[in-house]
Amino acid sequence: MNREMACFHCGLPVPPDAEFPVEIEGQEHGMCCRGCQAVAQAIVENGLQEYYRHRTAMPGTGHELIPAELSRLALYDHPAIQKSFVIEDGFHIKQASLILEGITCAACVWLNERHLQQLPGVKAVQVNYANHRARISWDEREIQLSRILKEIQLLGYNAHPYNALQQEALRRKGRSRDIRRIAVTGLSAAQVMMLAVALYAGAALGMDAETAHLLRYASLVLTLPVFLYTAVPFYVSAWWAIKSRHLNMDVPVSLAVITAFAGSVWVTLQGEGVVYYDAITMFALFLLSTRFLERNAREKSVEATENLLKLVPAMSLRLRDGKQEAVAVLDLIEGDTILVKPGEAIAADGMVAAGISSVDEALLTGESRAVAKTTGDPVIAGSINLEGPLEVRVTGTGENTVLAGIVRLLDQAVAEKPRLAQLADRVAGRFTYGLLALTLIVAIAWWWHDPARVLEIVLAVLVVTCPCALSIAAPAAFAAAGSHLLRQGILLTRGHALETLARVTHVVFDKTGTLTFGKPKLNLVRPFGTLDAHACLCLAASLEQASEHPLAQSFLASLERKDLLAVSDAQNYPGKGVSGLIGGCRYTLGNRMLSPVTREGPEPELDVVAGATVVWLCSESETLAAFELSDALRPDAMALVEQLKAGGLGISILSGDSDATVRHIANTLGIKDSRGALRPEDKLSALKTMQRDGAVVAMVGDGVNDAPVLAGADVSLAMGGGTQVARASSDIVLLSEKLPDIWRALQAGRATLIVMRQNFIWAAGYNLLALPFAAMGYIPPWLAALGMSVSSLVVVLNALRLRQV
Amino acid sequence: MTSILVFLLGLAAFMVIIAGVGIFWAIRSGQFEDMEGPAQRILMDDDDPRIPRRTLREDEK
Repeated sequence: MNREMACFHCGLPVPPDAEFPVEIEGQEHGMCCRGCQAVAQAIVENGLQEYYRHRTAMPGTGHELIPAELSRLALYDHPAIQKSFVIEDGFHIKQASLILEGITCAACVWLNERHLQQLPGVKAVQVNYANHRARISWDEREIQLSRILKEIQLLGYNAHPYNALQQEALRRKGRSRDIRRIAVTGLSAAQVMMLAVALYAGAALGMDAETAHLLRYASLVLTLPVFLYTAVPFYVSAWWAIKSRHLNMDVPVSLAVITAFAGSVWVTLQGEGVVYYDAITMFALFLLSTRFLERNAREKSVEATENLLKLVPAMSLRLRDGKQEAVAVLDLIEGDTILVKPGEAIAADGMVAAGISSVDEALLTGESRAVAKTTGDPVIAGSINLEGPLEVRVTGTGENTVLAGIVRLLDQAVAEKPRLAQLADRVAGRFTYGLLALTLIVAIAWWWHDPARVLEIVLAVLVVTCPCALSIAAPAAFAAAGSHLLRQGILLTRGHALETLARVTHVVFDKTGTLTFGKPKLNLVRPFGTLDAHACLCLAASLEQASEHPLAQSFLASLERKDLLAVSDAQNYPGKGVSGLIGGCRYTLGNRMLSPVTREGPEPELDVVAGATVVWLCSESETLAAFELSDALRPDAMALVEQLKAGGLGISILSGDSDATVRHIANTLGIKDSRGALRPEDKLSALKTMQRDGAVVAMVGDGVNDAPVLAGADVSLAMGGGTQVARASSDIVLLSEKLPDIWRALQAGRATLIVMRQNFIWAAGYNLLALPFAAMGYIPPWLAALGMSVSSLVVVLNALRLRQV
Repeated sequence: MTSILVFLLGLAAFMVIIAGVGIFWAIRSGQFEDMEGPAQRILMDDDDPRIPRRTLREDEK
């Protein structure tokens, strides 16, 4: 058989004794586990092996479907549970939205769509690659939802029903409306431009009056859809602005569009003069497109917030009178007792009523350290039960959970965000007053001087002062710098990020997952007995083979697979550790409670680093070794801190981790200001204090608990490996996960600001310089339009220089 | 001269209407909802006649 080093399906190393072959396109490939084998087999048997040729990223590792999981899927067929996420779409036809977990590349989308479409009874499948959601409709007489979910799992993905809220439907509608407007404007602008070229050429070279007349009428007809349909949002916005006495950018825009249109119609009817239909359509097209892009970016972050709420499962097992019943989480009330099996997410906030286990709260805290839970301990909705079954007495559901609270905090912070946009609007308001006053003065002056030319002059002034170059001065610079940074693995999610980066005076880190890896790493083995460090490590790693505990992974990672020993009679003591027979001798690995020696005797002296976890390996009669595990610093953290210090920036650590751990990291890196044991609210208020003292703060974080702080900072950066919410609420995502990129982003921000200033000076300078000439009637409108285009072009070319930074 | 211009302008307007209807139809049928997936999907040939087609065997259901 063809022995491969890496699993053909998921790319993880194949254990030497693993024999899980699958024949794909006439060749045998080795898989790392039975889960991957099952997934690969399912793919091949359904004729979908092409997936392997086209994928561009490795999928998650396959996992075996255990009967318990399959019976859980069957609950989704329950009408009471379907009520919350399934809609009737015709006679016996149902439709549901699913969130697909594990989509890594376009081939995954193809695989899911192809496979599901082959099932009898499935009417339509549509997987959205951008937001990882699928819409499926099926005939309930022919197929059940659980079967569909099972088929998705067979391919190695995970599907959660997703409650397509009304908001989502509204958003889709709004998006379609925007695209329709842009399309109509684009079509109209292209036609009108074509005719305008003919008219300009005619004006210069001579054209008979009849033809010009015809072309003007044709332009008028083609501009009507823009004037009457696509420009309506500007009028509405301007109307509200006038009503509330806060002038915005839409007032001069509407004014320019309406004046230009009215004037052009007058000229068309008169049969003599210059028309501005081309300017109207181009202006509308440009504005609509930029607004559409802005809106898109905003919605992406909202979508991610909604995906966070999916962390809470849709149903749970309620215990009542000693019997289990499946209920929708929506129907849970305070005081209910629910059963949470190992591997399941906890459905509601609550107290452990019975059972011992450990719980992974990584999605909330960003720390993949299992937290031991026993009777009386609080648990949080959305965290995952790792080891033993837990009975939980519900204390809060839905909107009353900690998770929902974090989402609310996040929404609030995002809503407060557009300070810069507000500023721009205020400036635009003043600019508008000035512009209107000036136009009025010019109009009155010409009325006295030469009434026949008033319209022409007013339009020339409006075109010249059209803030085209001004309004693209910043976006063009952002776009150029953004695409340049993206190629280096730095993703900008909000336009203003670079501008703010340039002004940053203070960088705040969340320790876990940013300065450190966020995963515990074995950093010390202390043997006490007869065995040496390596032998102890072999024993420990072997014992951990069967464990799901996050610490187990760090033991396994520090050892080669071939060194592992065979373990029999492995036992798991939830919240304490594991034990097993190796070579006829029983060994235990776990905390102090598990060791037969240290349980009674005094604890051996250990010089432990603050915040580290200590695990003891014992035989039946003696303590063999202590292992110290802690969250290791990223290797490039030191270099970054030195660069930032050299750049004259302040550095702080705000962390949810224990004070001692945080201080240890801060001392290692030479950071003076560090605070630990902070809740998300505390972090946000610490941040606000800094901002009140005049600091412009850049925040670097990665956990859900960081999300509100990230949104509240002047500019925020998230690690690409962090939680999705953290990425959504930050302005910059470091896909590369390299810390020096933070410094690079800061540099790019400064360069962008310089180019932006040049652009502003140029654009404003052009407008100011051209204005008096236009007002005095020396610039015919076609020249004004040409000048406007050239000045825009100069701005764009200058911005392109940023690609070489 | 003028009559050919009238004809051409009418033709242009007609084309614009056709294009507009096409785009409206595309938007209505959801073709603008996912802007990333289709670009990559074109690389997969899913009409290869050599690929055997089958769903799960009865005993696997």
